Amino acid sequence: MIDVRNLEKAFGDHLVLKGITETIHKGEKVVIVGPSGSGKSTFLRCLNLLETPTGGEIVFDGVDMLDRKTNINRMRMRMGMVFQHFNLFPHLTILKNITLAPVKLGVAGKKEAEENAMRLLEMVHLADKAQSYPAQLSGGQKQRIAIVRALAMNPDVMLFDEPTSALDPEMVGEVLEVMKKLADDGMTMVVVTHEMGFAREVGTRVMFMDEGVIVEQNTPDEFFANPQSPRLKDFLSKVL
Amino acid sequence: MAEFFQSIGNWFNGLKADFVLNFIKDNRWRYLTDGLMNTLKITVFAALLGIVLGFIVAIIRSTYEQTGRLKILNAICRVYLTVIRGTPAVIQLMITYYVIFASVDISKLLVAIIAFGVNSGAYVAEIVRSGIMSVEKGQTEAGRSLGLSYTSTMARIVMPQAFKNVLPALANEFITLLKETSIAGYIALPDLAKGGDIIQSLTYEPFLPLLAVAAIYLVIVMLLTYLVGKLERRLRKSDRR
Repeated sequence: MIDVRNLEKAFGDHLVLKGITETIHKGEKVVIVGPSGSGKSTFLRCLNLLETPTGGEIVFDGVDMLDRKTNINRMRMRMGMVFQHFNLFPHLTILKNITLAPVKLGVAGKKEAEENAMRLLEMVHLADKAQSYPAQLSGGQKQRIAIVRALAMNPDVMLFDEPTSALDPEMVGEVLEVMKKLADDGMTMVVVTHEMGFAREVGTRVMFMDEGVIVEQNTPDEFFANPQSPRLKDFLSKVL
Repeated sequence: MAEFFQSIGNWFNGLKADFVLNFIKDNRWRYLTDGLMNTLKITVFAALLGIVLGFIVAIIRSTYEQTGRLKILNAICRVYLTVIRGTPAVIQLMITYYVIFASVDISKLLVAIIAFGVNSGAYVAEIVRSGIMSVEKGQTEAGRSLGLSYTSTMARIVMPQAFKNVLPALANEFITLLKETSIAGYIALPDLAKGGDIIQSLTYEPFLPLLAVAAIYLVIVMLLTYLVGKLERRLRKSDRR
Protein backbone atom coordinates (compact mmCIF):
# COMPACT_ATOMS: atom_id res chain seq x y z
CA MET A 1 0.00 0.00 0.00
CA ILE A 2 2.79 2.44 0.89
CA ASP A 3 6.16 1.89 -0.75
CA VAL A 4 9.03 3.94 0.57
CA ARG A 5 12.30 3.83 -1.31
CA ASN A 6 15.52 5.33 -0.11
CA LEU A 7 13.73 8.09 1.77
CA GLU A 8 15.94 10.92 2.94
CA LYS A 9 15.12 14.02 4.91
CA ALA A 10 17.58 16.70 5.93
CA PHE A 11 16.95 19.80 8.00
CA GLY A 12 19.71 22.06 6.77
CA ASP A 13 22.91 20.05 7.12
CA HIS A 14 21.39 17.65 9.57
CA LEU A 15 20.36 14.38 7.93
CA VAL A 16 17.44 13.02 9.94
CA LEU A 17 16.39 10.14 7.67
CA LYS A 18 19.25 8.31 6.02
CA GLY A 19 17.70 6.40 3.19
CA ILE A 20 14.77 4.33 4.41
CA THR A 21 13.30 1.61 2.22
CA GLU A 22 10.15 0.00 3.53
CA THR A 23 6.78 -1.31 2.42
CA ILE A 24 3.60 -1.07 4.44
CA HIS A 25 0.96 -3.53 3.35
CA LYS A 26 -2.79 -3.21 3.57
CA GLY A 27 -4.14 -4.26 6.95
CA GLU A 28 -0.79 -4.10 8.69
CA LYS A 29 -0.38 -2.41 12.04
CA VAL A 30 3.18 -1.17 11.98
CA VAL A 31 4.46 0.17 15.26
CA ILE A 32 7.59 2.31 15.18
CA VAL A 33 9.61 2.70 18.35
CA GLY A 34 12.95 4.28 19.08
CA PRO A 35 14.70 6.89 21.16
CA SER A 36 13.70 10.53 20.72
CA GLY A 37 15.52 12.17 17.84
CA SER A 38 15.73 8.86 16.00
CA GLY A 39 13.66 10.23 13.11
CA LYS A 40 10.57 8.11 13.68
CA SER A 41 8.16 11.05 13.76
CA THR A 42 9.84 12.61 10.75
CA PHE A 43 9.47 9.33 8.89
CA LEU A 44 5.76 9.23 9.70
CA ARG A 45 5.28 12.87 8.73
CA CYS A 46 7.01 12.26 5.41
CA LEU A 47 4.43 9.62 4.53
CA ASN A 48 1.70 12.25 4.03
CA LEU A 49 4.21 14.95 3.10
CA LEU A 50 3.76 17.12 6.16
CA GLU A 51 7.53 17.04 5.84
CA THR A 52 8.88 17.23 2.31
CA PRO A 53 11.51 14.54 1.78
CA THR A 54 14.83 15.71 0.41
CA GLY A 55 15.42 12.46 -1.39
CA GLY A 56 13.88 9.12 -2.30
CA GLU A 57 10.40 8.04 -3.27
CA ILE A 58 7.04 7.47 -1.64
CA VAL A 59 4.45 5.55 -3.62
CA PHE A 60 0.97 5.29 -2.15
CA ASP A 61 -1.36 2.87 -3.90
CA GLY A 62 0.65 3.15 -7.09
CA VAL A 63 0.73 6.96 -7.03
CA ASP A 64 4.06 8.72 -6.77
CA MET A 65 3.51 11.15 -3.91
CA LEU A 66 6.47 13.33 -4.85
CA ASP A 67 5.42 13.79 -8.46
CA ARG A 68 4.57 17.47 -8.96
CA LYS A 69 1.48 16.42 -10.90
CA THR A 70 0.09 14.43 -7.97
CA ASN A 71 -2.78 16.18 -6.21
CA ILE A 72 -1.43 15.86 -2.71
CA ASN A 73 -4.69 17.01 -1.11
CA ARG A 74 -6.58 14.12 -2.70
CA MET A 75 -3.94 11.68 -1.46
CA ARG A 76 -4.05 13.10 2.05
CA MET A 77 -7.81 12.58 2.16
CA ARG A 78 -7.06 8.88 2.22
CA MET A 79 -4.43 9.08 4.99
CA GLY A 80 -5.77 10.02 8.39
CA MET A 81 -3.35 11.51 10.86
CA VAL A 82 -3.46 11.81 14.64
CA PHE A 83 -1.05 14.17 16.36
CA GLN A 84 0.66 14.17 19.72
CA HIS A 85 -0.98 17.48 20.64
CA PHE A 86 -4.40 16.60 19.18
CA ASN A 87 -4.59 19.83 17.12
CA LEU A 88 -8.34 20.08 17.37
CA PHE A 89 -9.73 23.32 15.97
CA PRO A 90 -10.46 25.36 19.11
CA HIS A 91 -12.90 27.76 17.44
CA LEU A 92 -15.24 25.00 16.25
CA THR A 93 -17.59 22.69 18.11
CA ILE A 94 -16.68 19.01 18.27
CA LEU A 95 -19.26 18.22 15.61
CA LYS A 96 -17.85 20.93 13.31
CA ASN A 97 -14.32 19.72 13.95
CA ILE A 98 -15.38 16.36 12.58
CA THR A 99 -17.59 17.46 9.70
CA LEU A 100 -15.57 20.40 8.39
CA ALA A 101 -13.28 18.46 6.07
CA PRO A 102 -15.76 15.83 4.79
CA VAL A 103 -18.33 18.50 3.91
CA LYS A 104 -15.81 20.96 2.48
CA LEU A 105 -14.16 18.26 0.37
CA GLY A 106 -17.40 16.76 -0.83
CA VAL A 107 -16.92 13.37 0.82
CA ALA A 108 -20.39 13.68 2.30
CA GLY A 109 -23.31 16.11 2.40
CA LYS A 110 -23.81 18.12 5.57
CA LYS A 111 -26.54 15.89 6.95
CA GLU A 112 -24.77 12.68 6.02
CA ALA A 113 -21.50 13.94 7.52
CA GLU A 114 -23.24 14.85 10.76
CA GLU A 115 -24.91 11.46 11.01
CA ASN A 116 -21.59 9.79 10.36
CA ALA A 117 -19.91 12.00 12.95
CA MET A 118 -22.53 11.10 15.55
CA ARG A 119 -22.08 7.41 14.80
CA LEU A 120 -18.31 7.74 15.25
CA LEU A 121 -18.79 9.77 18.43
CA GLU A 122 -20.96 6.98 19.82
CA MET A 123 -18.16 4.55 19.06
CA VAL A 124 -15.76 6.54 21.27
CA HIS A 125 -18.49 7.23 23.87
CA LEU A 126 -18.46 10.97 23.34
CA ALA A 127 -21.76 11.60 21.57
CA ASP A 128 -22.83 13.95 24.36
CA LYS A 129 -19.91 16.25 23.55
CA ALA A 130 -21.00 17.03 20.00
CA GLN A 131 -21.87 20.64 20.80
CA SER A 132 -18.96 21.25 23.19
CA TYR A 133 -15.78 23.07 22.30
CA PRO A 134 -12.33 21.41 22.52
CA ALA A 135 -11.34 23.57 25.52
CA GLN A 136 -14.09 21.88 27.54
CA LEU A 137 -12.63 18.40 27.05
CA SER A 138 -9.93 16.41 28.80
CA GLY A 139 -6.80 15.34 26.93
CA GLY A 140 -8.02 11.79 26.47
CA GLN A 141 -11.34 13.01 25.15
CA LYS A 142 -9.60 15.41 22.78
CA GLN A 143 -7.45 12.66 21.35
CA ARG A 144 -10.43 10.36 20.84
CA ILE A 145 -12.15 13.22 18.98
CA ALA A 146 -8.99 13.74 16.90
CA ILE A 147 -9.11 10.07 15.91
CA VAL A 148 -12.77 10.40 15.00
CA ARG A 149 -12.03 13.52 12.97
CA ALA A 150 -9.50 11.61 10.89
CA LEU A 151 -11.83 8.61 10.56
CA ALA A 152 -14.64 10.81 9.26
CA MET A 153 -12.75 11.05 5.97
CA ASN A 154 -12.92 7.25 5.58
CA PRO A 155 -9.15 6.96 5.17
CA ASP A 156 -7.39 3.85 3.91
CA VAL A 157 -4.56 4.22 6.38
CA MET A 158 -4.19 5.93 9.74
CA LEU A 159 -0.95 7.54 10.87
CA PHE A 160 -0.47 8.06 14.61
CA ASP A 161 2.29 10.38 15.78
CA GLU A 162 2.86 9.61 19.48
CA PRO A 163 -0.87 9.80 20.19
CA THR A 164 -0.57 9.19 23.93
CA SER A 165 2.64 11.07 24.74
CA ALA A 166 0.91 14.30 25.77
CA LEU A 167 -1.71 12.57 27.92
CA ASP A 168 -1.98 12.18 31.66
CA PRO A 169 -1.27 8.52 32.48
CA GLU A 170 -4.84 7.75 33.48
CA MET A 171 -6.07 8.85 30.05
CA VAL A 172 -3.72 6.75 27.96
CA GLY A 173 -5.92 3.67 28.26
CA GLU A 174 -9.05 5.19 26.76
CA VAL A 175 -7.13 6.32 23.67
CA LEU A 176 -5.33 3.00 23.21
CA GLU A 177 -8.67 1.24 23.52
CA VAL A 178 -10.05 3.19 20.57
CA MET A 179 -6.92 2.41 18.57
CA LYS A 180 -7.25 -1.27 19.39
CA LYS A 181 -10.83 -1.27 18.20
CA LEU A 182 -9.69 0.38 15.00
CA ALA A 183 -7.02 -2.26 14.53
CA ASP A 184 -9.56 -5.03 15.10
CA ASP A 185 -11.74 -3.52 12.39
CA GLY A 186 -8.90 -4.05 9.93
CA MET A 187 -7.58 -0.51 9.55
CA THR A 188 -4.07 -0.17 8.17
CA MET A 189 -2.12 1.67 10.84
CA VAL A 190 1.32 3.17 11.26
CA VAL A 191 1.91 4.12 14.87
CA VAL A 192 4.84 5.97 16.39
CA THR A 193 4.63 5.38 20.11
CA HIS A 194 6.37 4.73 23.39
CA GLU A 195 3.62 2.33 24.49
CA MET A 196 5.43 -1.01 24.35
CA GLY A 197 2.32 -2.80 25.61
CA PHE A 198 0.39 -1.52 22.63
CA ALA A 199 3.19 -2.51 20.24
CA ARG A 200 3.21 -6.02 21.64
CA GLU A 201 -0.53 -6.46 21.73
CA VAL A 202 -1.77 -4.70 18.60
CA GLY A 203 1.20 -4.46 16.26
CA THR A 204 1.65 -6.93 13.45
CA ARG A 205 5.18 -5.66 12.98
CA VAL A 206 7.41 -3.60 15.23
CA MET A 207 10.18 -1.42 13.87
CA PHE A 208 13.09 0.00 15.80
CA MET A 209 14.50 3.25 14.45
CA ASP A 210 17.69 4.90 15.58
CA GLU A 211 19.75 7.70 14.05
CA GLY A 212 17.66 7.94 10.92
CA VAL A 213 17.62 4.27 9.93
CA ILE A 214 15.45 1.26 10.66
CA VAL A 215 17.85 -0.81 12.73
CA GLU A 216 15.70 -3.85 13.21
CA GLN A 217 12.14 -5.06 12.79
CA ASN A 218 10.18 -8.17 13.56
CA THR A 219 6.90 -9.59 14.72
CA PRO A 220 6.08 -8.25 18.19
CA ASP A 221 6.81 -11.58 19.90
CA GLU A 222 10.24 -11.96 18.32
CA PHE A 223 10.98 -8.26 18.58
CA PHE A 224 10.63 -8.18 22.34
CA ALA A 225 11.71 -11.75 23.17
CA ASN A 226 14.64 -11.97 20.83
CA PRO A 227 16.22 -8.61 19.94
CA GLN A 228 19.27 -8.94 17.71
CA SER A 229 21.16 -5.66 17.54
CA PRO A 230 22.93 -4.25 20.59
CA ARG A 231 21.22 -0.91 20.12
CA LEU A 232 17.76 -2.47 20.33
CA LYS A 233 18.79 -4.57 23.32
CA ASP A 234 20.02 -1.43 25.01
CA PHE A 235 16.82 0.45 24.13
CA LEU A 236 14.55 -2.33 25.36
CA SER A 237 16.46 -2.64 28.60
CA LYS A 238 15.71 1.01 29.26
CA VAL A 239 12.02 1.06 28.38
CA LEU A 240 10.79 -2.32 29.55
CA MET B 1 -20.31 84.83 50.67
CA ALA B 2 -22.74 86.74 48.51
CA GLU B 3 -19.81 87.91 46.47
CA PHE B 4 -18.76 84.35 45.88
CA PHE B 5 -22.17 83.38 44.55
CA GLN B 6 -22.21 86.48 42.47
CA SER B 7 -18.95 85.51 40.79
CA ILE B 8 -20.12 81.97 40.17
CA GLY B 9 -23.29 83.36 38.66
CA ASN B 10 -21.27 85.68 36.45
CA TRP B 11 -19.12 82.82 35.31
CA PHE B 12 -22.18 80.79 34.38
CA ASN B 13 -23.70 83.68 32.55
CA GLY B 14 -20.47 84.16 30.64
CA LEU B 15 -20.38 80.47 29.80
CA LYS B 16 -23.95 80.58 28.61
CA ALA B 17 -23.19 83.58 26.40
CA ASP B 18 -20.12 81.78 25.03
CA PHE B 19 -22.19 78.71 24.37
CA VAL B 20 -24.79 80.70 22.44
CA LEU B 21 -22.07 82.55 20.54
CA ASN B 22 -20.14 79.41 19.58
CA PHE B 23 -22.87 76.89 18.89
CA ILE B 24 -26.33 78.48 18.66
CA LYS B 25 -25.76 81.73 16.76
CA ASP B 26 -26.02 81.30 12.98
CA ASN B 27 -26.51 77.56 13.59
CA ARG B 28 -22.78 77.19 14.20
CA TRP B 29 -23.31 73.75 15.72
CA ARG B 30 -23.75 72.57 12.17
CA TYR B 31 -19.99 72.91 11.64
CA LEU B 32 -19.59 70.23 14.28
CA THR B 33 -22.35 67.88 13.10
CA ASP B 34 -21.43 68.19 9.43
CA GLY B 35 -17.79 67.76 10.36
CA LEU B 36 -18.63 64.72 12.44
CA MET B 37 -20.45 63.15 9.50
CA ASN B 38 -17.37 63.60 7.34
CA THR B 39 -15.10 62.23 10.06
CA LEU B 40 -17.31 59.15 10.41
CA LYS B 41 -17.55 58.63 6.65
CA ILE B 42 -13.77 58.82 6.28
CA THR B 43 -13.17 56.53 9.25
CA VAL B 44 -15.67 53.86 8.25
CA PHE B 45 -14.69 53.65 4.58
CA ALA B 46 -10.97 53.99 5.27
CA ALA B 47 -11.27 51.22 7.86
CA LEU B 48 -13.01 48.99 5.30
CA LEU B 49 -10.34 49.73 2.71
CA GLY B 50 -7.68 49.17 5.37
CA ILE B 51 -9.14 45.80 6.32
CA VAL B 52 -9.28 44.62 2.71
CA LEU B 53 -5.75 45.83 1.94
CA GLY B 54 -4.39 44.64 5.26
CA PHE B 55 -5.77 41.13 4.97
CA ILE B 56 -4.54 40.78 1.40
CA VAL B 57 -1.05 41.95 2.35
CA ALA B 58 -0.99 39.80 5.50
CA ILE B 59 -2.02 36.69 3.57
CA ILE B 60 0.55 37.32 0.86
CA ARG B 61 3.28 37.87 3.44
CA SER B 62 2.49 34.82 5.53
CA THR B 63 1.98 32.62 2.48
CA TYR B 64 5.44 33.62 1.36
CA GLU B 65 6.89 32.95 4.79
CA GLN B 66 5.27 29.54 5.08
CA THR B 67 5.48 28.21 1.54
CA GLY B 68 7.95 30.41 -0.35
CA ARG B 69 5.34 31.20 -2.98
CA LEU B 70 4.29 34.73 -4.11
CA LYS B 71 7.84 36.07 -3.98
CA ILE B 72 7.27 39.14 -6.16
CA LEU B 73 4.00 40.10 -4.49
CA ASN B 74 5.73 39.75 -1.14
CA ALA B 75 8.46 42.15 -2.24
CA ILE B 76 5.84 44.69 -3.36
CA CYS B 77 4.08 44.35 -0.03
CA ARG B 78 7.29 44.97 1.86
CA VAL B 79 7.91 48.19 -0.05
CA TYR B 80 4.35 49.27 0.70
CA LEU B 81 4.75 48.56 4.42
CA THR B 82 8.10 50.31 4.65
CA VAL B 83 6.97 53.46 2.85
CA ILE B 84 3.62 53.80 4.60
CA ARG B 85 4.89 53.07 8.08
CA GLY B 86 8.02 55.14 7.55
CA THR B 87 6.33 58.43 6.63
CA PRO B 88 3.83 60.62 8.53
CA ALA B 89 0.17 60.20 7.66
CA VAL B 90 -0.29 63.90 7.12
CA ILE B 91 2.42 63.90 4.43
CA GLN B 92 0.80 60.87 2.79
CA LEU B 93 -2.54 62.67 2.80
CA MET B 94 -1.09 65.77 1.19
CA ILE B 95 0.87 63.79 -1.39
CA THR B 96 -2.32 61.91 -2.27
CA TYR B 97 -4.25 65.15 -2.71
CA TYR B 98 -1.71 67.63 -4.07
CA VAL B 99 0.45 65.24 -6.13
CA ILE B 100 -1.25 61.99 -7.06
CA PHE B 101 -4.74 63.38 -7.62
CA ALA B 102 -3.58 66.95 -8.37
CA SER B 103 -4.88 67.02 -11.92
CA VAL B 104 -7.92 64.86 -11.30
CA ASP B 105 -11.32 66.22 -10.37
CA ILE B 106 -12.03 64.12 -7.32
CA SER B 107 -13.86 64.79 -4.07
CA LYS B 108 -11.73 65.52 -1.05
CA LEU B 109 -13.70 62.96 0.88
CA LEU B 110 -12.68 60.23 -1.54
CA VAL B 111 -9.06 61.37 -1.43
CA ALA B 112 -9.11 61.21 2.36
CA ILE B 113 -10.71 57.76 2.34
CA ILE B 114 -8.05 56.46 -0.04
CA ALA B 115 -5.15 58.08 1.82
CA PHE B 116 -6.29 56.94 5.27
CA GLY B 117 -7.34 53.52 3.97
CA VAL B 118 -3.97 52.89 2.36
CA ASN B 119 -2.26 54.12 5.52
CA SER B 120 -4.35 51.97 7.82
CA GLY B 121 -3.93 48.93 5.57
CA ALA B 122 -0.22 48.82 6.38
CA TYR B 123 -0.85 48.68 10.11
CA VAL B 124 -3.73 46.22 9.74
CA ALA B 125 -1.46 44.00 7.62
CA GLU B 126 1.16 43.69 10.34
CA ILE B 127 -1.47 43.14 13.02
CA VAL B 128 -3.16 40.40 10.99
CA ARG B 129 0.16 38.81 10.09
CA SER B 130 1.11 38.61 13.76
CA GLY B 131 -2.30 37.01 14.33
CA ILE B 132 -1.70 34.41 11.64
CA MET B 133 1.70 33.63 13.13
CA SER B 134 0.17 33.29 16.59
CA VAL B 135 -1.92 30.32 15.43
CA GLU B 136 -0.06 27.11 16.18
CA LYS B 137 1.56 25.32 13.27
CA GLY B 138 -0.29 22.17 14.33
CA GLN B 139 -3.55 23.78 13.26
CA THR B 140 -2.35 24.12 9.69
CA GLU B 141 -0.92 20.61 9.78
CA ALA B 142 -4.20 19.18 11.04
CA GLY B 143 -6.12 20.94 8.30
CA ARG B 144 -3.71 19.87 5.59
CA SER B 145 -3.55 16.29 6.88
CA LEU B 146 -7.29 16.03 6.34
CA GLY B 147 -6.80 16.94 2.69
CA LEU B 148 -7.86 20.58 2.91
CA SER B 149 -5.99 22.89 0.54
CA TYR B 150 -3.72 25.64 1.81
CA THR B 151 -6.40 28.20 0.96
CA SER B 152 -9.21 26.31 2.71
CA THR B 153 -7.04 25.73 5.75
CA MET B 154 -6.25 29.42 5.90
CA ALA B 155 -9.87 30.47 5.44
CA ARG B 156 -11.61 27.98 7.71
CA ILE B 157 -9.04 27.20 10.38
CA VAL B 158 -6.23 29.76 10.65
CA MET B 159 -7.94 33.06 9.86
CA PRO B 160 -10.87 32.73 12.28
CA GLN B 161 -8.42 32.05 15.11
CA ALA B 162 -6.04 34.77 13.96
CA PHE B 163 -8.89 37.26 13.79
CA LYS B 164 -9.97 36.48 17.31
CA ASN B 165 -6.42 36.86 18.59
CA VAL B 166 -5.88 40.26 16.98
CA LEU B 167 -9.30 41.78 17.53
CA PRO B 168 -8.20 44.07 20.38
CA ALA B 169 -5.18 45.28 18.40
CA LEU B 170 -7.36 45.78 15.34
CA ALA B 171 -9.88 47.80 17.35
CA ASN B 172 -7.08 49.98 18.65
CA GLU B 173 -5.93 50.56 15.11
CA PHE B 174 -9.38 51.84 14.12
CA ILE B 175 -9.61 54.04 17.20
CA THR B 176 -6.25 55.48 16.18
CA LEU B 177 -7.55 55.88 12.65
CA LEU B 178 -10.61 57.78 13.87
CA LYS B 179 -8.43 60.23 15.75
CA GLU B 180 -5.89 60.45 12.95
CA THR B 181 -8.52 61.62 10.47
CA SER B 182 -8.41 64.92 12.37
CA ILE B 183 -5.57 65.93 10.06
CA ALA B 184 -8.03 66.00 7.14
CA GLY B 185 -8.05 69.78 7.59
CA TYR B 186 -4.67 69.84 5.86
CA ILE B 187 -6.45 69.34 2.55
CA ALA B 188 -9.21 71.74 3.66
CA LEU B 189 -11.68 68.96 4.21
CA PRO B 190 -14.27 70.09 6.78
CA ASP B 191 -14.14 67.22 9.26
CA LEU B 192 -14.94 67.40 12.96
CA ALA B 193 -11.63 68.96 14.01
CA LYS B 194 -11.81 71.44 11.16
CA GLY B 195 -15.40 72.27 12.20
CA GLY B 196 -14.21 73.30 15.65
CA ASP B 197 -11.45 75.29 13.95
CA ILE B 198 -13.92 77.18 11.77
CA ILE B 199 -16.11 78.12 14.74
CA GLN B 200 -13.05 79.34 16.59
CA SER B 201 -12.02 81.50 13.65
CA LEU B 202 -15.49 83.09 13.64
CA THR B 203 -15.82 83.66 17.38
CA TYR B 204 -12.19 84.03 18.49
CA GLU B 205 -13.13 81.72 21.37
CA PRO B 206 -11.00 78.56 21.46
CA PHE B 207 -12.25 77.09 24.75
CA LEU B 208 -15.71 75.74 24.00
CA PRO B 209 -15.21 74.63 20.37
CA LEU B 210 -12.10 72.65 21.23
CA LEU B 211 -13.73 71.17 24.31
CA ALA B 212 -16.77 70.15 22.26
CA VAL B 213 -14.61 68.56 19.56
CA ALA B 214 -12.59 66.64 22.13
CA ALA B 215 -15.74 65.46 23.89
CA ILE B 216 -17.28 64.18 20.66
CA TYR B 217 -14.13 62.20 19.74
CA LEU B 218 -14.03 60.80 23.26
CA VAL B 219 -17.64 59.65 23.21
CA ILE B 220 -17.18 57.86 19.89
CA VAL B 221 -14.00 56.17 21.06
CA MET B 222 -15.70 55.01 24.25
CA LEU B 223 -18.63 53.68 22.25
CA LEU B 224 -16.26 51.79 19.92
CA THR B 225 -14.34 50.35 22.86
CA TYR B 226 -17.58 49.14 24.39
CA LEU B 227 -18.72 47.48 21.16
CA VAL B 228 -15.38 45.75 20.65
CA GLY B 229 -15.51 44.41 24.21
CA LYS B 230 -18.91 42.89 23.46
CA LEU B 231 -17.70 41.32 20.22
CA GLU B 232 -14.63 39.93 21.97
CA ARG B 233 -16.78 38.24 24.60
CA ARG B 234 -18.84 36.64 21.87
CA LEU B 235 -15.76 35.34 20.07
CA ARG B 236 -14.48 33.93 23.36
CA LYS B 237 -17.37 31.51 23.50
CA SER B 238 -15.20 28.63 22.41
CA ASP B 239 -12.68 29.24 25.21
CA ARG B 240 -15.19 28.68 27.98
CA ARG B 241 -14.62 25.62 30.04
